[in-house]
Amino acid sequence: MITLTVNGVRHALDIDPSTPLLYALRNDLQLHGAKFGCGLGQCGACTVIVGGEAVFSCLVPVSSIGARAVRTVESLGTAEHPGPLQKSFIEHQAAQCGYCIAGMIMRAQALLDRNPHPTESELREHMEPNLCRCGTHMRILAAIREVAHLPAGNGASATTQQRAASNGGTQ
Amino acid sequence: MSVHDDIDEGRRRFMMSGALVVSFSLFPGAKALAQEVIADEGAAVHIAKATETLAGSLKTNPYLDAWIKIDPAGKVTVYTGKVELGTGVRTALLQVAAEELDMAPSLITFLTADTGASPDEGLTAGSHTIADSGSALLNAAAQVRGLLVDAAAKHFGVSGSVLSAHNAVIKAPDGRSMTYGEAVGLVDLHRMATPVSPLKDPATFTVIGASLPRLDIPGKVTGGPSYVQDMSMPDMLHARVVLPPVYGAQLLRTNTPDILKMAGVINVVRNGSMLAVVAKGEWQAVQAQRALAAGSQWSAGHALPDPATVHRDLKQISTQHIEIANTHNAPGAPLKTLSATYTRRYMLHGSIGPSCSVAQFKDGHMTVWTHSQGVYPLRDALAEMLSLPKENVRCVHVEGSGCYGHNGADDVAAHAALVAREMAGRPVRVQWMREQEHKWDHYTPAMVTEVKASLDAGGGIVDWDYALWSSSHNERIVNAGRLIPAQMLEKPFVPAPSVPMVQPEGGGDRNAIPLYAFPNLHVMNNFSPTMPLHTSAMRSLGAHMNVFTIESFMDELSAAAGADPVVFRLKHLHDPRARDVIRVAAEKFGWPRAPRKANHGVGFAFGKYKNLMAYVAIAVEVSVVRETGQVILEHAEVAVDSGQIVNPDGIRNQIEGGVIQSASWTLYEELKFDTQRIRSFDWSSYPILRFSAVPRSLNVHLINRPGAPFLGAAEASMGPTAGALGNALFDATGKRLRDMPLGGDSLRRRIDA
Repeated sequence: MITLTVNGVRHALDIDPSTPLLYALRNDLQLHGAKFGCGLGQCGACTVIVGGEAVFSCLVPVSSIGARAVRTVESLGTAEHPGPLQKSFIEHQAAQCGYCIAGMIMRAQALLDRNPHPTESELREHMEPNLCRCGTHMRILAAIREVAHLPAGNGASATTQQRAASNGGTQ
Repeated sequence: MSVHDDIDEGRRRFMMSGALVVSFSLFPGAKALAQEVIADEGAAVHIAKATETLAGSLKTNPYLDAWIKIDPAGKVTVYTGKVELGTGVRTALLQVAAEELDMAPSLITFLTADTGASPDEGLTAGSHTIADSGSALLNAAAQVRGLLVDAAAKHFGVSGSVLSAHNAVIKAPDGRSMTYGEAVGLVDLHRMATPVSPLKDPATFTVIGASLPRLDIPGKVTGGPSYVQDMSMPDMLHARVVLPPVYGAQLLRTNTPDILKMAGVINVVRNGSMLAVVAKGEWQAVQAQRALAAGSQWSAGHALPDPATVHRDLKQISTQHIEIANTHNAPGAPLKTLSATYTRRYMLHGSIGPSCSVAQFKDGHMTVWTHSQGVYPLRDALAEMLSLPKENVRCVHVEGSGCYGHNGADDVAAHAALVAREMAGRPVRVQWMREQEHKWDHYTPAMVTEVKASLDAGGGIVDWDYALWSSSHNERIVNAGRLIPAQMLEKPFVPAPSVPMVQPEGGGDRNAIPLYAFPNLHVMNNFSPTMPLHTSAMRSLGAHMNVFTIESFMDELSAAAGADPVVFRLKHLHDPRARDVIRVAAEKFGWPRAPRKANHGVGFAFGKYKNLMAYVAIAVEVSVVRETGQVILEHAEVAVDSGQIVNPDGIRNQIEGGVIQSASWTLYEELKFDTQRIRSFDWSSYPILRFSAVPRSLNVHLINRPGAPFLGAAEASMGPTAGALGNALFDATGKRLRDMPLGGDSLRRRIDA
């Protein structure tokens, strides 16, 4: 038996201990937010939070989770009552096909949990592992910036200043 | 979000709603405004004489009740034969129907392609949806509303002109009212559409032109089941397939007995070289697939071409030479002649979610849930493959990961059907693995273009000679043999021969004819009916390469003429809408720019997609890291005219995405292969743009044309972005880069040379 604490609920699952967390979430717990993208930890479509860290759930066997809490995009809110990041993604219409988006939101959530006020360069660096093929990146960043209280990145001058500031901050 | 630039067209009105012909007092004789198009990829579309004057897809589906059904209780259901590919077009189509039905969008049940229910609109491709289905829905909805109002008027004994309709209730000035549900009992909607519709004045539109939030996004950001990948049915089984290591390899032996002993495995399905494993659990299927792949032996298969000579070889195998433009006028006095050759390598679609399908075979009927771009063509091919009557096969569209063209969607649906046939009524879900999505993609073809042009003493282009070489951009499903799994069966199906697509839309030659006005013009499309690698349609087809070439060369010519690139373009363009987008992009960017920082450059480009869809002009700034050849698109200002705007934010989203995806293709992407294998099998062997290379700003400016035909925009920015990037790299480095991908090692070598 594998015990998993997912979104605050303990589950005892009779599954192969080598099963990657992604398959347990999708097929045994019916949590479809995290997606299969590559199975290689290269695209981030499967990103969930384990013990406060953004992880590739396609790679992590359920046997390695232990007592660490697992959080998925379903824990942040619902379509009727979306959480702050979800609400911001809706307001910015930050999706095209949307297949990558649950992973994007969970990676961003992991950053904001640890650092509610990241700089622009910290934000971009943090999001680097997650791929979007539709090219929705501008909106994804804008949606996260709003929740992180970063200046909006739409106008060239605003972001130039922001980038200069964040470069200064990290050097 | 409001529309940025609302350029007034002056007086306008719908003359003939059928073809959405609009009279423009401003631009007399602009016949392109009356253009009508029907999905171009896939099988040829035949239009009956009786329906040729109808709008959009009403030409092929003329009955009003194929589009709009109203039951006596007043429930309104609107159908499209198109599908949602992640562009948000489902929301835009709903807006169109809601506007002319005079109903709030939330009151309408809106359904997309399903061979059991929807009209047959062929493929959802080529930026056709808003033009074909949108025009059909606009007119069908107006005609249905008109019929209902007329029926109510007759019932009330008043003139229809005094009645008003709002939210499915028709009201008379005296207070009497009738719901659409009541009115539908007085009129038969099973009737042919007519060429003329009682369309609303575009000035009164409230739903068309509004940025209605997309219907699908709340579910997608909260983990709601949104994709075929998320489908879960009672008794559903999971299957994975084993594909050959190379094209043409035959399956010799498998270790099936060992696989059948694995936990959860229920079946190994083999038919010729089509091989799949079925298990109770998905992870069990994945593990079994790995073991089955490792234990299978294959014949040698076909050698692949040498990537080093692929462009030279392309000229040899391009055996069909098609002249697509040849105009002669006074030769002028050529003073200076320039020529150049450009190349593009094979690239892949790169869906983030590998292709997936669910199929169930029960009581002689096959149902397939699929993210195919064409459920009707797929239904026909599956029926042929399975030797079933068409009426026994139903394909239902369910969204998948973005595909950007012909990826594995149809092939995995064939896999699902072949496996489900062996599983006695149980639904079977099949998803390809990442390396399968990469290695069995229908790649976008490698291409070569050559162009030669002459300038006269006044800096005007007096002749233009252009040629391109490409294999097929359209291997869409027109028979069972076009499905990869069907080619692998014990009794294999043979793909229909590759044929070139025709102008005006074109395939490899899409946008090969410049929109610029040149007195002498010659354009050749050299088509290869053979494909060294599997190829087919990817977002914008040949337009990415052709617009890149044309726009790069226009810059070379403007430099030779000593002219500013924007001024030079305007000098050769007569189309006023083209000139408008160029002026807006230049103005928003602040063109021409002040001197730039070291290793930064700016570039400009323009294109009208297919010469009959949306107009896009773009100005960009790039930065170059000289030591590595790394290029970043830093900033872009884009101007777009897509006719009457339905959903401004939806167009912005598509243009932003197109600019970023095209930057990724143009700067970074090439399929890796050698004579033995495809070597791009994951995201490390086929890198695409990541967050570190995302522009710091990207602004889209929309020019609305109220009342003008809807023009597809989703693919329109691919070519112009490529051209602008090439031109900006010349500005940054002084090197003319003519071979994509433009960034990386090849750029570093050019800088070092």
